[in-house]
Amino acid sequence: MRAVQHFTATAVICLCAVLGAALPASAQIKIGSVLSVTGPASFLGDPEKKTLEIYVDEINAKGGVNGQKLQLIVYDDAGNPNNARTFATRLVEEDKIDAMVGGSTTGATLAMIPVFEDAKIPFISLAGAIQIIEPVRKWVFKTPHTDKMACEKIFADLKQRNLTTIAMISGTDAFGKSMRDQCVAAAPKAGIKIATEESYGPRDSDMTPQLTKIHNTAGVQAVVNPGFGQGPAIVTRNYRQLGITLPLYESHGVASKEYIKLAGPAAEGVRLPAAALLIADKLPSSDPQKPIVVNYTHTYQQKTGQAVSTFGGHAYDGLMILVQAMQRAKSADKAKVRDEIEKSKSYIGTGGIVNMSPTDHLGLDLSAFHMLEIKGGDWTLVPGT
Amino acid sequence: MNLRALIETRLLPAILVAAIVIILPMFFPSGYYYRIGALVFIFALAVVGLNLLMGFAGQVSLGHAGFLGIGAYSVAIGPAHFGAPSWLCLFAGALLSGAVAFVVGRPILKLKGHYLAIATLGFGLLIAIVLNNEAAWTGGPDGMNVPALTLFGWRVHGSDAWYWIAGATFVGGFLLALNLMESPTGRALQAIHDSEIAARVLGIDVARKKLTVFIISAMYASVAGSFLALFNGLVTPDVAGFLGSIELVAMVVLGGMGSIFGSLVGAAVLVVLPQVLTIFQEYEQALLGLIVMIFMIFLRQGIVPSATAALAGWRKC
Amino acid sequence: MAELLQFAFSGLTVGAIYALVALGFTLIYNASDIINFAQGEFVMLGGMTTVFMAMAGIPLPLAALIAIAVTTGVGLALHRFAIEPARGASPVALIMITIGASVFLRGVAQIVFDKRFHSLPPLFGADPIQFGGAAILPQSLVVLAGAAVIVILLWLFVERTLLGKAVIATAANRLAARLIGVDTRRIVDFSFAVSAAIGAIAGILITPIALTSYDVGTLLALKGFAAAMLGGIGSPLGAVVGGLLIGMIEALCAGYLSSSYKDAAAFLIILVVLVAMPQGLFGLVKVERV
Repeated sequence: MRAVQHFTATAVICLCAVLGAALPASAQIKIGSVLSVTGPASFLGDPEKKTLEIYVDEINAKGGVNGQKLQLIVYDDAGNPNNARTFATRLVEEDKIDAMVGGSTTGATLAMIPVFEDAKIPFISLAGAIQIIEPVRKWVFKTPHTDKMACEKIFADLKQRNLTTIAMISGTDAFGKSMRDQCVAAAPKAGIKIATEESYGPRDSDMTPQLTKIHNTAGVQAVVNPGFGQGPAIVTRNYRQLGITLPLYESHGVASKEYIKLAGPAAEGVRLPAAALLIADKLPSSDPQKPIVVNYTHTYQQKTGQAVSTFGGHAYDGLMILVQAMQRAKSADKAKVRDEIEKSKSYIGTGGIVNMSPTDHLGLDLSAFHMLEIKGGDWTLVPGT
Repeated sequence: MNLRALIETRLLPAILVAAIVIILPMFFPSGYYYRIGALVFIFALAVVGLNLLMGFAGQVSLGHAGFLGIGAYSVAIGPAHFGAPSWLCLFAGALLSGAVAFVVGRPILKLKGHYLAIATLGFGLLIAIVLNNEAAWTGGPDGMNVPALTLFGWRVHGSDAWYWIAGATFVGGFLLALNLMESPTGRALQAIHDSEIAARVLGIDVARKKLTVFIISAMYASVAGSFLALFNGLVTPDVAGFLGSIELVAMVVLGGMGSIFGSLVGAAVLVVLPQVLTIFQEYEQALLGLIVMIFMIFLRQGIVPSATAALAGWRKC
Repeated sequence: MAELLQFAFSGLTVGAIYALVALGFTLIYNASDIINFAQGEFVMLGGMTTVFMAMAGIPLPLAALIAIAVTTGVGLALHRFAIEPARGASPVALIMITIGASVFLRGVAQIVFDKRFHSLPPLFGADPIQFGGAAILPQSLVVLAGAAVIVILLWLFVERTLLGKAVIATAANRLAARLIGVDTRRIVDFSFAVSAAIGAIAGILITPIALTSYDVGTLLALKGFAAAMLGGIGSPLGAVVGGLLIGMIEALCAGYLSSSYKDAAAFLIILVVLVAMPQGLFGLVKVERV
């Protein structure tokens, strides 16, 4: 008797399993994402993940894309490119995604590019380095400004203030190193001379030796600090601690309210290049970006209780560019979507106004950056930038 | 030694492992599983080497990922800066790792216990720092590209190709390690593990034997690192970092120190577990830590020795 | 001259941080021969809990006390639920448990707290003290003072109290200690609790300088462990000297040689010292019984 019961139960379960598997999954568009939600780059990956989740939900609530709902699959690579590559393979082979928005760090992005190029899946990267889109790869795009642009913006401002000899203090992490390399390469053309250079570890707690050396180097007129995370906050504090009054420039990776809070009164007078997102409320109402960035800022702050971050903004842009491309292509076909992404014109996002082309898979120019200065504990727009 | 002992102690386990390598792909639904399998065998190779050092010779190394890094960067720097073919760089990397192990091991292996741990830790960190800083050679924190391996004109590409290469190499390394353990050197190492002073009294050249196994374990790790770099097509400095070394040690301890078979189990657990736990999103790290703790509290000998002991006890019933 | 002084101040600041963390390793090691890799997480818990309590509106001194209490509880729980059940396991297995614990605590911290960086207000203001042409933050002196006070307290505890003697007895020979009536389990409980408290205090004092986040523990534990070994594991004075030494080497290397290799310089020196003095600077020469 009991055996019959057991058998029946098992048969029912198996039947359900088979039926469940046989039922077609509701036709959803699958968007994959590999982000550094934990680990040394969680400063980037965490707001990116939150942004993607918030906006996929919002889009689905409004009916989805082309009548289909979006399904977001996010994996955490913990900042390790090997893991990123494994998850990329998983997204392609197992989850069978239609498109990819992710790759918080350059290392993770570069590790994943071969996977998506082989599988012919459009890949919008959220990492900063210029090598992601130079040389142009057919299936790879990106939304964040390149570090080369940040350097050029800073140098332009330096020239404006007649400061031509600088010192650089950069983080030894990938972000800091990459931007430092780009600045060194861009300096001669911009007419800037780098008198001396120092570096610090991203988790160091005191940079006074390096800053002392810079302070004691003759002829230095300004200091540029490529880096992200907590390092720049400590550099800024040490800067004031040593009584250095030279102009200090930070990187676009530092652009967040948090930096001002952590650096405290020492941040007064610091300048950095940033997207319009940071000064959303201060933009003139004629600025085309204003409605987008104000909306994003309020939504993000309301849903997460945290201040908006420029990295989250890149994720927003990546998702929207993808979704708009899918809407224009009227399908989720990978090749068609890729073509439409490449045709993105006048997309107004948090990072700027995007105009992509077959030779430009980023689509931003220097006007996407504004030069900001910290005054009275808040961002202000440096006029004319 | 007689044929029966030979088969029992070496050929049988190796055949078993080879069987696993061959049979497993029949269960693979997609290319993703080939990648996981390849990664397991690659790390298992490094873990076998580390197990020889930790489990058999009783020395601890918290910097072993440094050798992984040397192997990984050899197949990146060699082709890029010297134009040398990848397979040659692989061998060169292994030799280089052996040489570094020789130079570093001589003074370091005199230390005991936690002091040896911190010395190897420092060594691993030094390698990671050099790899990160010398951007002209190594590409800095963003790493460098690794051209694919070409064997006899055939470009090795794809997870399934690497699965077979890694699997075959692991079987080879497995057999080699078993051979070593059954040899006079192996017995000397076990004697050293049990009591260094007694071993010395017996006339064993302790320093030399420890150095030998250190060099061998370094070369195992180097080959594994080269495979990883060639498979991924990219290498970054964090392959040699502290977290990598801890992961290797965890694989040794979880699988079972002193159990070569346990090396495979330990590697499998720590490669597969994060993939499984990823469905828990934010709770993944906490769960991983919890699982490691639970394993170590209840299976403190490691998975394979505990399982063997349980089996033996059950058989007695 | 002012330059050298500034480097020295930097070295003292960073070194004091390492010293405080290193002190946490010594007590647990003394009582149980275990290297507790979760020590860094104790430091993190002290800082982060204080920050979040303060954000919730609790006045800072009370927040700090709550943080110390919570961390002490965590330390106790670590011993009771993770270490104690595994008593008798090999040293490597025990180290692995503490590593698992550190991953677990980090994982919980990122859920309970957040992934951003936080700071605490310094005890005596943020204006640097000028001395001989160099500037040092008052908080650096607070950290140094904290380390000194803890060393003195530990020394007094071990030399002058019965409980302290019991700790030493447990470390020397657990069985013998039990035979003379020492409740060794309580002793190790106690050492974990006090180490956790030391870690929490370290975290609270360090955060105004070095900031805090859910994963500060990893690097701090590494440097603290290195400092403790350099000074000779088990010696509180050694932990402090080791920490200060590492800090100074890093600062001087950054100042005079190369800032990108300062960490490497510190570890190179540690390797050299250990090869010359295998039990560290102040460590007792271990007599191995055959």
